[in-house]
Amino acid sequence: MIFDWLNDRLLKMEWLSELIRLLVEKVFGLSINDKIGGSIHFFIYDTIKIFILLSALIFVISYIQSYFPPERTKKILRRVKGIKGNILGALLGTITPFCSCSSIPIFIGFTSAGLPLGVIFSFLISSPMVDLASLMLLMSFFGHKIAIAYVVVGLILAVVGGTLIEKFRLEKYVEGYVREIEDVDAEVPEMTHGERISYSKEQVRDIIKGVWLYVLIGVGIGAAIHNWIPQSVIENVIGENNPFAVLLATIVSIPMYADIFGTLPIAEALFAKGVDLGTIMSFMMAVTALSLPSLIMLSKVVKPKLLAIFVSIVTVGIIIVGYIFNAFSYIFM
Amino acid sequence: MVIKILGSGCANCKKLEANVREALKQLGIEATIEKVEDFKDIMAYGVMRTPALVVDDQVKVMGRVPSIEGIKKYL
Repeated sequence: MIFDWLNDRLLKMEWLSELIRLLVEKVFGLSINDKIGGSIHFFIYDTIKIFILLSALIFVISYIQSYFPPERTKKILRRVKGIKGNILGALLGTITPFCSCSSIPIFIGFTSAGLPLGVIFSFLISSPMVDLASLMLLMSFFGHKIAIAYVVVGLILAVVGGTLIEKFRLEKYVEGYVREIEDVDAEVPEMTHGERISYSKEQVRDIIKGVWLYVLIGVGIGAAIHNWIPQSVIENVIGENNPFAVLLATIVSIPMYADIFGTLPIAEALFAKGVDLGTIMSFMMAVTALSLPSLIMLSKVVKPKLLAIFVSIVTVGIIIVGYIFNAFSYIFM
Repeated sequence: MVIKILGSGCANCKKLEANVREALKQLGIEATIEKVEDFKDIMAYGVMRTPALVVDDQVKVMGRVPSIEGIKKYL
C-alpha cells in the first residue's frame, strides 16, 4: 500500500534508523543489540527524527492554524447549539493554536461570548491532547491505525467530558469576575501570505525552544527503558501481569507536564517492551490532557469544585479508554 | 499616537515592546507606549492571544511578535 510506503520513509524514517545503525556499528564499533549501542542508537535516531518531524509539521500546521485563531473559533462556536457544539469544540480544539499559557484568556473569552460551559471544556480537553502534529507523530511511531484510534478516542473523550460538565450545571462554579467581562469581538487583523509564512517560522522556533528539553528527557527515558530496564520489571509494574497497570499509568502521569513530543519516545519504548496499547494510550492522554501547570492556570478562572469535577471526569475517562483498548488491542496488532 | 502592548509579562511581550521601541526610533516617531497586563483589560479588546499590539485603539497584531520592519507598517 502506497500509504504504508510513504509512512515508512517520511514519518518513520527507516532510512535514518539504518544510517544511525551504520554510525553506531562502523564508527563507534558497538553492536545495536548491546545495551550501550542500543541506547545510543535509540537516542540519536529518535532525537533526530523527532526534531525533523517537529520542525516540518509545526511549520505546515501553523500555516493552517493561522486561519483559525481562537477569536474566529469563538464566532464559529457561538452559532451552534447542543452536542454539535461539543463536537465542533473538540474538533476546533485540534486546529486552534493553543498553549496552556493562553488558557485563561481563551476561557474568559469563550465564557463571555456566552458559549456553554460544556463546549468550552470539550475544547479545553481536546486542545492539548489531540492536534494535527500529534496525529502525524503517532503515525510515525505507531502506524496509522493506532494514530487514528488515539485521535478518535481523544475527541470522543472531549465530547463526552464536556457534555457531562454541561449536564451537571456547574456554571455557578465559574469565578464571578469571569462572567462580568464584556464580550468584545476583535477585528482579527487579516494576515498576508508573507506574514503567515513568518508566523509559521516563528512558531517552529518558539515551540522547539519550548520543548527541546522535554524531548531530550523523553528520549533519554525511552532509551533507558528500551535497553536497561529488564522486561520482567516492566511486565510486572505496568505490563499485562498487573491488572492495575492502566490505573497506575494514569494516576502517575496526571501531574507530569510534558508535551506529546516528549511523551512519544517513552511510549514507543514501553510499547516495544510489550506494554499493552491501552496502558500506553492512558499514559499519553494523562500526560497531555492534565498537568499541574495547566490546572493551576485553570484554578484562576474556576472554583475548586468545578476543577475537581473536571479532573475526575477526565481521569475516569482516560482509565476507561485504557481498559477498553487493552481488551480490544488485538484489532491493532 | 498611543501604542498599547497587551500581555501579562510573558517573554514575547517584552520582545514585542523592544521591537516597537526600535521601530519608533528608526522612524523617528514620538509615541506613548502603555503596557496592559490585566486580563480584564486585555479581554476588553477581544484579544485571546498575547502578546497583542494595539495602535490608537485598533488591534493590529495578536499572538505573535512581528519583526521591526513588520511593525513599521502599523505605525
